[in-house]
Amino acid sequence: MTLGPPSSAFRHRHLLGIEGFSPEEITLLLDTAEGHVEPNRQADKKRSLMRGRTIINLFFENSTRTRTSFELAGKRLGADVINMSVSGSSIKKGETMIDTAMTLNAMHPDVLVVRHHESGAVQLLSEKVDCAVINAGDGSHEHPTQALLDALTIRRRKGRLQGLVVAICGDILHSRVARSNIHLLSIMGARVRVVAPRTLLPAEIERLGVEVFHDMRQGLKDADIVMMLRLQTERMHGSFVPSTREYFHFFGLDYEKLAAAKPDALIMHPGPMNRGVEIDSEVADDIDRSVIRQQVEMGVAVRMACLELLARDLGNGPPLP
Amino acid sequence: MSEAILFRNARLFDPASGRDEAGALLAIDGKIAAIGARLEAPADARIIDCRGKCLAPGLVDMRVQLREPGAEHMENMVSASHAAAAGGVTTMVALPNTDPPIDELALVDFVARRARAIGIVNIHTYAAVTKGLGGRELTEMGLLAEAGALGFTDATRAVADPLVMRRALSYARTFDLLLVQHPEEPSLAAGGAATEGEMATRLGLPGITPVAEVMMIERDLRLVEITGARYHAAHVSTAAAIDAIRGAKARRLPVTCDTAPPYFSLNETAIGDYRTFAKLSPPLRSEADRQAVVAGLADGTIDAIASDHAPHDQESKRLPFTSAAAGIVGLETLLPLSLALYHNGHLPLLKVLRALSCAPADILRLPGGRLATGAPADLVIFDLDRPWRIEEERLRSKSKNTPFDKRPVQGGAVMTVVGGRVVFEGGG
Repeated sequence: MTLGPPSSAFRHRHLLGIEGFSPEEITLLLDTAEGHVEPNRQADKKRSLMRGRTIINLFFENSTRTRTSFELAGKRLGADVINMSVSGSSIKKGETMIDTAMTLNAMHPDVLVVRHHESGAVQLLSEKVDCAVINAGDGSHEHPTQALLDALTIRRRKGRLQGLVVAICGDILHSRVARSNIHLLSIMGARVRVVAPRTLLPAEIERLGVEVFHDMRQGLKDADIVMMLRLQTERMHGSFVPSTREYFHFFGLDYEKLAAAKPDALIMHPGPMNRGVEIDSEVADDIDRSVIRQQVEMGVAVRMACLELLARDLGNGPPLP
Repeated sequence: MSEAILFRNARLFDPASGRDEAGALLAIDGKIAAIGARLEAPADARIIDCRGKCLAPGLVDMRVQLREPGAEHMENMVSASHAAAAGGVTTMVALPNTDPPIDELALVDFVARRARAIGIVNIHTYAAVTKGLGGRELTEMGLLAEAGALGFTDATRAVADPLVMRRALSYARTFDLLLVQHPEEPSLAAGGAATEGEMATRLGLPGITPVAEVMMIERDLRLVEITGARYHAAHVSTAAAIDAIRGAKARRLPVTCDTAPPYFSLNETAIGDYRTFAKLSPPLRSEADRQAVVAGLADGTIDAIASDHAPHDQESKRLPFTSAAAGIVGLETLLPLSLALYHNGHLPLLKVLRALSCAPADILRLPGGRLATGAPADLVIFDLDRPWRIEEERLRSKSKNTPFDKRPVQGGAVMTVVGGRVVFEGGG
């Protein structure tokens, strides 16, 4: 694959979702992230690519992992990072999300990293501010940096994405991680399957180019990657599965079901895990198979890459039109 | 004081009689006095030369939210009246979902009093089926009807409980009243923001199965069968629901329905990029359903087209999609969007006009909606062909929430006459 100069290959003002990205853009993001992996393991992790820049982590939904990961990524690039958790404060006083965004915009941040519990909220916010916006998860829509870190993890272990069989299992209906991964993996030429009870599958999901299974053994057959999703009870109105016991029996990942996958299949989970609900504890901790901790490590590198590539195009001139 | 206007040199369209011919119309004292190829004007008559433009009964919009009382910053009866007049609408019927809701005699009186005081277009109102639109206790339907309520509906909420609906229909039958249902099974629609399917899945929006519509209608049809009450399904939007109503009409049940322009002008792809201005209730449907709505209008299964005018301010629409309010303004776009059905070759012009005037008037048992001697002189003169663009900033409605901004359309009102009085003159 040939690429132009790196700065011209990523022509997005914001990172709102994976849908619509080209394979070249994804490869550029992954390659850039790869460059951050080793330095992140050194004693001195600090770089100066974003010195003088301000990043605000604006989280309308609680998060520890993603926010910490973005915070570290920004700090390691030398940026000033501010965390704002809005779930409890000004929204309750009647200030709208747009008001909050406009207020922060007036303080001239360079990048806003935004998480919101509603699909499309981050895009709406991005239309109202002058800085770059990264979607750190919006409702059930997209979580692009999660898909990128998953892809980086897979690529480092398998050497490629093209042609791999990836089974995404569990609560697809409520999962932004699933949507972003389906887009990314399809764009990169992997074969994506989804495995779930029918109540946890969104309508016409096959139109996104995936194969649909309702049985773990069939869905995992000869899979290279088994990606488990968290059962998102907090997004559920009403009963989607009768009990966690029944869910684990049919859809929880244990060694018995995993046996259907390839012997060297990797196990992934975006965290936080519900052990004994969607994944057996032993499987989750299996040092040979589970790459769950590597995912967390790659998260920082991927977020550094996203910040870096977006910040490259942030001039000191007037705000973009 | 006698007041006469002669409209000459018009192309007369009367969907009630099927009249489509060049001619003149004489209005005296607010009523149509004569219609003919050539009419003599009384000495004191004002003479309006229509220059060959179309003259038809004014539009009867059977589904409008006026936001008064309670949310006058979004719309009030004056701003809505101006919007209606500019759109060729001579009669509008308000939904009772105001604050407070119209569930008492005093509120029906209030609407009537305000309507008289404003005096631009005719304003009527429905009253609530249940107190506070709560879905439980029936309102004083008989008394409310005597006070002037044209029909009964819980507006944008379905009467969900089958027993309450059965009693409402049964009681309505006693007084021969009309019940208007928002046909959507609420438990299937709860939390939903878009029609279930690929679009909602891609956007990560909670979906509403299209079956929620036909399910409520089929249930209601069973209740109509045992009660015999007059039932009207509002804004039907799916092929299955239209089929159910087609079947009910074949069985001669006293059933009618309407749809609104977005359901034949747009499909679910309009919500791409989370355009909250295209968020509706019921939500926009698949292309197949949109085509079924057109077919339903063409074969007469769908009786009427209503604007389903739902003004919302910026604060209610500039929100993430699931939190944003549903509904669009429609009074000023009702006629041009409906004329597209004619321009696209789907419906004859008289059929479009029937759905906009005489059909809703008949459902509501109003005297208008026709060009007939003795009928109220509620008229619209429209240019059938003039191309123009809908522009939200030019809307007279206080709220500008339309998904049709910048849409090219063809045809629109150039003069609106209510009770023999010119209430709008422009464009053209």
